[in-house]
Amino acid sequence: MAVQDYLRQRFFPHMWCPGCGHGTVLNSLLRAVEELGLDKNNIVMTSGIGCSARISGYVDFHSLHTLHGRALAFATGVKMSKPELTLLVPMGDGDALAIGGNHFIHAARRNIDITAIVMNNRIYGMTGGQFSPLSGCGIKATTAPYTTIDNNFDVVELATAAGATFVARTTTYHAKEATSLLKKAILHKGFSVVEILSQCPTHFGRKNKEGDAAQMMENYKNITAPVGSKALEENPALWGRGIFVERERPEYCTEYGKIVELAMKGAAK
Amino acid sequence: MERTTKFVQGNEACVEGALYAGVNFYAGYPITPSTEIAEALSGRLPEIGGKFIQMEDEIASMCAIIGASLTGHKVLTATSGPGFSLKQEAIGYACMAEIPCVIANVQRGGPSTGNPTHVGQGDINQARWGTHGDHAIIALTASNHQDVFAMTVEAFNMAETYRTPVVLLFDEVVGHMREKLVIPAPGEVEIVDRLRTSVPKGVDYRPYLPREDGRLPMSDFGDKHRYNVTGLYHDMWGFPSANPKIVNELLRHLVDKIENNVDSITRYKEYFLDDAQYILISYGSSARSAIHMAKNRREKNEKIGVLELQSIWPFPSELVREKCANAKAVVVVEMNMGQVLAQVKAAVDEPNKVFLANRIDGKLITPTDIKGLLRVIQGRGI
Repeated sequence: MAVQDYLRQRFFPHMWCPGCGHGTVLNSLLRAVEELGLDKNNIVMTSGIGCSARISGYVDFHSLHTLHGRALAFATGVKMSKPELTLLVPMGDGDALAIGGNHFIHAARRNIDITAIVMNNRIYGMTGGQFSPLSGCGIKATTAPYTTIDNNFDVVELATAAGATFVARTTTYHAKEATSLLKKAILHKGFSVVEILSQCPTHFGRKNKEGDAAQMMENYKNITAPVGSKALEENPALWGRGIFVERERPEYCTEYGKIVELAMKGAAK
Repeated sequence: MERTTKFVQGNEACVEGALYAGVNFYAGYPITPSTEIAEALSGRLPEIGGKFIQMEDEIASMCAIIGASLTGHKVLTATSGPGFSLKQEAIGYACMAEIPCVIANVQRGGPSTGNPTHVGQGDINQARWGTHGDHAIIALTASNHQDVFAMTVEAFNMAETYRTPVVLLFDEVVGHMREKLVIPAPGEVEIVDRLRTSVPKGVDYRPYLPREDGRLPMSDFGDKHRYNVTGLYHDMWGFPSANPKIVNELLRHLVDKIENNVDSITRYKEYFLDDAQYILISYGSSARSAIHMAKNRREKNEKIGVLELQSIWPFPSELVREKCANAKAVVVVEMNMGQVLAQVKAAVDEPNKVFLANRIDGKLITPTDIKGLLRVIQGRGI
């Protein structure tokens, strides 16, 4: 199946700004789904609110565009009730880790088989450029005219500590790497987190003088290095890219299946 | 299969009703005085191949049942005041996206934490207007365990019929009190199952296109039709739209599908109303005191009757107006500052003859409390 067959073309053009990284994330994701040969009838995408969340409208999967921060809670209900479905949950940084932070850590703790994609542009784009919990210190935003004093979460560390069994990071500059990581994340049985740095030239870039979309993507190349590389070892200021965690732990729906089996045996007695 | 008789808590009667109606997914968060519903279903659901999940918070519980409803499950969550507040945004989502679900609110004292272990009926208006924006909602209630069972079944039936969230407004007294429950034999009470689309695979399915009878056939996530579900204003495919004509029609549909069916949704009981000069209107555990008091006074030949409301929203205004037309006075008996009172006053021809008998101190209103007020109204002194 061609990549465009995974899109609802009648709902285009999309609403993202010129230069937004989210289209690249969509591209990488669809290529991952295509390369895995997944049946789109078995895929449910749930999303929250924000620029990132609009991705669910454009894909020809079962799509659930929900409330700000709650995409993983809805996804948990879908997955738990019908575990044979593949759940893809793209989220923005505010969606995933501010208002939705509780659902994020608990989905990771349960190790429920859902693929969470954190599209990290370090800003609230749709509401016009306010800082997010992933902005970090010293950032200019419409709600931080004197720069931010808020520390940022590290998505990889947080997901790892909360119990996610697959954790990876890449950027929109590394679109092919993103496809490869997303494929692994989707195949992984358990809660997978893929953080993808995704540029917002309209708000983050403009306020913080990071240039246009191409310059911001170029910057992703310069500030990251592959996990295990000499460059990363020598320069801790760089952001690691690649797979940080890949471990086996009992998956939630599988474990609940055992509870059902046990309970049904007991009830039959 | 035969009827079974049990001696149970009201919360357990709710569980039995939900199981009878076909519940197969529950998500919840512990909160007094509703927790027994979650506890019972954590054991019962897996026995029938259903699913139970304890979520990280009240909001997540509401979201999870909506997600599970979309895969074709009959879903329930239970909570009380503070949890009901937290669920409101997602309840509005279920209204907007027209997703069947049932929310049991076992009411306690409020506002805020109030008193978790004592009774209240202060969430009547929250059930109607807790979530933002224009919408309609169905809310049912009950005063005894047989009716808790019956109304729980009705709640699931109405959720499927109207594609809407339905709120069960129980209260702490009914929830925790123990009494007899007779569970009907399978097939004895009608169960409404989900109406699924007959549109074949590959043919354009429009999830928000009502049939001639107003119902909207659904398609399960994972089944043959892929469509979009959103809390944004949307067209008949479920895709976001700001087209004024579409928005206008959508909002009117959301309200009309319920408000225009008030006669089909209305549930009530009446006691000694035929020649009643004084009418008590009540619901939930308060109705038990009202009925008790009316029975006692009837023995003394006082013409007192009771109208027990079992559906609160949409409010049965026409029913209340008709029943109260010939009454000398109407007394609304409830455990709040007059939330149903306001509806009754708006419904009747002579609002100045409507009075409130209430308690808001965490104690169940007693027949004596009601009698005192009635004597004052009758000009007989306390």
